[in-house]
Amino acid sequence: MGKTIAEKIFDSHRVDNPADDILVLKLDAVFCHEITTPFAIDDLVSRGKDRVFDPAKIKAVIDHVSPAKDSNTATQGKIIREWAIHHKIHDFFDIGRNGVCHVIFPEKGFVRPGYTVIMGDSHTCTHGAFGAFAPGVGTTDLEVGILKGVCAFHYPRTIKVNITGKTPDGVFAKDIILSVIMRLGVNGATNKIIEFTGPVVDKMSMEARMTLCNMAVEAGGTCGICYPDMTTVDYLWEFIQDEYENKTAALESFKKIISDPDAIYDDVVEHDITRLAPQVTFGYRPDNVKPVKEMEGTTIDQVYIGSCTNGRIEDLRVAAKVLKGKKINDNVRAIVSPATQKIHHQSLKEGILEIFMDAGFCVTNPTCGACLGMSNGVLAKGEVCASTTNRNFNGRMGKGGMVHLMSPATAAATAIAGYITNSQLYTNERYTK
Amino acid sequence: MKNFSGNILFLDRSDINTDEIIPAKYLTAISKDALKPHLLEDIRLDGFDPQKDIKGKNVIITRTNFGCGSSREHAPWALEVNDIHLVIAKSFARIFRQNMFNNGMMAVGLPSHVIEDIFSMFKGKNTKLETDLDKNTFLLKTNGQEQEVPFSISEFDHALVAAGGWLEYADAKY
Repeated sequence: MGKTIAEKIFDSHRVDNPADDILVLKLDAVFCHEITTPFAIDDLVSRGKDRVFDPAKIKAVIDHVSPAKDSNTATQGKIIREWAIHHKIHDFFDIGRNGVCHVIFPEKGFVRPGYTVIMGDSHTCTHGAFGAFAPGVGTTDLEVGILKGVCAFHYPRTIKVNITGKTPDGVFAKDIILSVIMRLGVNGATNKIIEFTGPVVDKMSMEARMTLCNMAVEAGGTCGICYPDMTTVDYLWEFIQDEYENKTAALESFKKIISDPDAIYDDVVEHDITRLAPQVTFGYRPDNVKPVKEMEGTTIDQVYIGSCTNGRIEDLRVAAKVLKGKKINDNVRAIVSPATQKIHHQSLKEGILEIFMDAGFCVTNPTCGACLGMSNGVLAKGEVCASTTNRNFNGRMGKGGMVHLMSPATAAATAIAGYITNSQLYTNERYTK
Repeated sequence: MKNFSGNILFLDRSDINTDEIIPAKYLTAISKDALKPHLLEDIRLDGFDPQKDIKGKNVIITRTNFGCGSSREHAPWALEVNDIHLVIAKSFARIFRQNMFNNGMMAVGLPSHVIEDIFSMFKGKNTKLETDLDKNTFLLKTNGQEQEVPFSISEFDHALVAAGGWLEYADAKY
């Protein structure tokens, strides 16, 4: 009987089978940030177990509130910073070198096909774009991961979402994943892995695949996962070139883990995007999704472009293409947060930041801040935000605020109009399809 | 082992996310006790007043997909410091459910019709629940009414509850 990619990863990382269908897996990487890790550190210290299983496999970053906004967040930063130094965790990224965790860790080449990765953050599922098993976990799982390098999971069950068709103009990975979440529902993939396959995924860049996998958790998924291919090899090549004779050899090695043709799935969903229009959320659940056209005219107070979903260079390029030579609406304030220092720098060099600034955007340093209403763009009661982030929960970006999730292109067009609208760059053809 | 019996708080809604259980602005807290006054502060639920309705409750009964969204273990901790160690629902988000058992607490799923029956029989009444972990039963009691409800959790979940959590379990074993 054939196996899925997740089943193959489980088989190769199995340490124990303590009960029922529970497997304890060996971890290849444990990622840490300053919000969920300090409690784990404090608890390990208080138990007299302040140790790490392997400092080279632990990566840490300060990203959620960066720079610190008050004494508490400064203390959280201090705890993880001192812990990283103490345990010789060399891959620790402090302000000035940091970035949103799910953008900077792939950028550094820390995620490889076939890896097991955990982090105390639900959007860890992003890293499945590389063909890794990468579930978000809580602080206790993180703590055991740090100490022992293992984590327990139910044996994986997988839903395959096969994405086919021709991608219409103005439709991006964000529109596709919003349409998938609408179809599956917010708990349609609970306790399951979502395998994204098909010609549309095959053609996607790694950045787009990360956007796709990033929101798997919004359908309840344990993680998203894509098959490694030459796009994966090209992205990782600078980090793996010493390990393989050439790119073909790397690809051959990675291909061994992709799902067998006779693998067993819980469900296979055929998702044709040929007639898909740009999508936007309404309400307070990420599966409350409709075409932008149906929300057209909804006035907004703030636009936010950034986050682990859509703060990558590709996203900023698309938004800048829409914004070039234009001004944002007088009644709107707009914020862009390039997701890492590298992306910030690159967008500066490419002239993208100038376009944003000329349009009237506030450009901030890399941080998660506004996405979860912690800093750098929190909403007031009754305010509405057009956002490229991942959650439209009640109060998510500030108590009493409303969030509409959308692609960077739609967010940029919305900033110019002052109300939810489609990118003017892309023709009206999409409405007639 | 923690206490899994006491008065029931009914939360009659599905998809209650961890941002509603404990908003992100409190994630800068340095101690679990600091979360105590903010439990369910931002929940969208008509007629629910977190200031009054949480006090004296030890068990939550709710509908589907409880604890979806952020992985924050602050959600179970906010329940724990309010002496709520048991949540019963039709279903849970994976990370929240695991976080509960990882802390030696319980998130127990019951069939849809059983949850419906419990809501129609007991919602709005002062109801007490007693948990019997040997027999795997809940006993719900209100004035003149009583109902025994069987439940099942896995051998592994039982082991985590008995150990007091995943760290205790894993530290002894791996």
